Amino acid sequence: MSRWTLAAALTLGLAAAVLLGVRFGSVPISTGDLLDALLGRGDPAERDIVLHLRLPRVILAVLVGGGLAVAGATFQALLRNPLAEPYILGISGGASVGAVLVLALGWAAVGSWVLPLTAFAGALLAIVLVFRVATSTGRAMDVRVLLLAGVVIAAFFSACIAFILSVSPARTVQSAVLWIMGSLSAATWRSVALTAAYTLPACLVLLGLARPLNLMAIGEETAQYLGADVEGVKRLALGVAALVTASGVAVAGVIGFVGLVVPHAVRLLAGSDHRALLPLSFIAGAAFLTFADLVARLALAPTEIPIGVITAFVGVPFFLVLLRRSLGAR
Amino acid sequence: MRLDAEGLVVRYPGLTAPVLDGIGVAVPPGTFYAVLGPNGSGKSTLVRALLGVTPLAGGRVSLDGRPFGSWTRRELARSVGVVAQAESIAFPLTTRELVAMGRYPHLGPLEGEGHEDRSAIARALAACDVEDLADRNVTTLSGGELQRARIARALAQEPRALVLDEPTSSLDIRHEMAILELLRRAASSGMTVLLITHGLDVAAQFADRMLLLSRGRVAAEGAPEEVVREDVLAAVYEWPISVARDPESGALRVTPRRRA
Repeated sequence: MSRWTLAAALTLGLAAAVLLGVRFGSVPISTGDLLDALLGRGDPAERDIVLHLRLPRVILAVLVGGGLAVAGATFQALLRNPLAEPYILGISGGASVGAVLVLALGWAAVGSWVLPLTAFAGALLAIVLVFRVATSTGRAMDVRVLLLAGVVIAAFFSACIAFILSVSPARTVQSAVLWIMGSLSAATWRSVALTAAYTLPACLVLLGLARPLNLMAIGEETAQYLGADVEGVKRLALGVAALVTASGVAVAGVIGFVGLVVPHAVRLLAGSDHRALLPLSFIAGAAFLTFADLVARLALAPTEIPIGVITAFVGVPFFLVLLRRSLGAR
Repeated sequence: MRLDAEGLVVRYPGLTAPVLDGIGVAVPPGTFYAVLGPNGSGKSTLVRALLGVTPLAGGRVSLDGRPFGSWTRRELARSVGVVAQAESIAFPLTTRELVAMGRYPHLGPLEGEGHEDRSAIARALAACDVEDLADRNVTTLSGGELQRARIARALAQEPRALVLDEPTSSLDIRHEMAILELLRRAASSGMTVLLITHGLDVAAQFADRMLLLSRGRVAAEGAPEEVVREDVLAAVYEWPISVARDPESGALRVTPRRRA
């Protein structure tokens, strides 16, 4: 498939996902009332639902889905590992410890901003720890050490979570588990602003690094011979991708699968050149997560299914079909 | 491009003996220069030290008379094309995309390929006989085909020097000779060629000068007939070797002898 065809198809998909996401929800609102609400007219309760619940939620899905997909593609290139995903450096573990701590100590009552902020701080702590371990061996950052450090630190954080949960009451355990499984239900314009402030500039920086990322994917030594400042690219791209992941996980919990599978799906359809892969992954990740959130809200309404369940239920078969097709075509 | 190095010392952590022990090299522009030596004699380390990939414990490198430290990676990539011993391509890409990476040092971060870039890529693909493979996924190429694609990428850089670490070790006779003749023609038209190889015969046939390393030191340096000598080779490779001239072509012929 040509890159432009795919770009057009994905953009249409994203537009459809956004429209459906605003149009449908657990409370039925007619199209006429929806337009009134968007224009700031009509019933105040419906206006509130559309402007302060659905709209920020859909935009957050776009930002988090796109950001995770771009971060995943970046990690896969830098670590030269198809199994890499945004959470591979222990970022989800750090964020989860922060969130679980807030829930266990009852700090969430202080304000709705406490949990995302603490989760973000936990994610940053994980990033700093992993980077320090990976650079402690010498001048250069060894991505194999980075990978191992990520795994070890993630294991430490899950032990912390297990400990906190084991001494917490059942109610706390349930809300913690639900948070960890990921949800966009806490979306506010404030969380949209936080995520946008990290995701959009970061994606532009990574797009500017598209060619060096192409080089990193064929090996660091050769990348140097082809003009890439390997250490600089590694630090900048890993740092930026980690920040995008941290901001996403802070507002939406640990949403698996998007960052792992979307870049692979785009690669199978449009090739591995990051100049196309990164923007297409953003659009595809955004559309995928917006659809997944719609299903999470509607399938068992008014109960919400954790969005990570949907991303896996929808993503796994889709990916397997794609994989089979591309292996068959070879 | 002129390549000079003096007193290069490289140590690897945990090893008492230096891997390079005070090596000097001088390669004038347009020279086909071959580096040989037994396994572990420091050939690849020498190249990596010359290219600033392995930190030096001593010595100096200069390119075209300019100290190495004053070159940026990008500048260097526009002047020196390198085919390293191995690379691990993590994700599928086409041969053309791989060769096009040779143009990256000539392009701004968001700049597209221009006419000049496309014709450099086309010339490189043709020179290495990989035009027919341009749209193939590199993960489906044979070892020899991939090697030729990597050499094409180095040519697409349009460098003034080429450095190749055992580029023909996985090639059959026809493709090995084709690549060596290509390098020979490039050197004759002014390109500096630095070739690491185990092939004493072919190096003697194609190179202007040869450098024979042994345990991190220079064992012999000079024109092929000064280096490819029975006494020198037997001492360096620790094996009885006879050297003769092929009566028809006049080429030096190196034959390891059986000990028993």
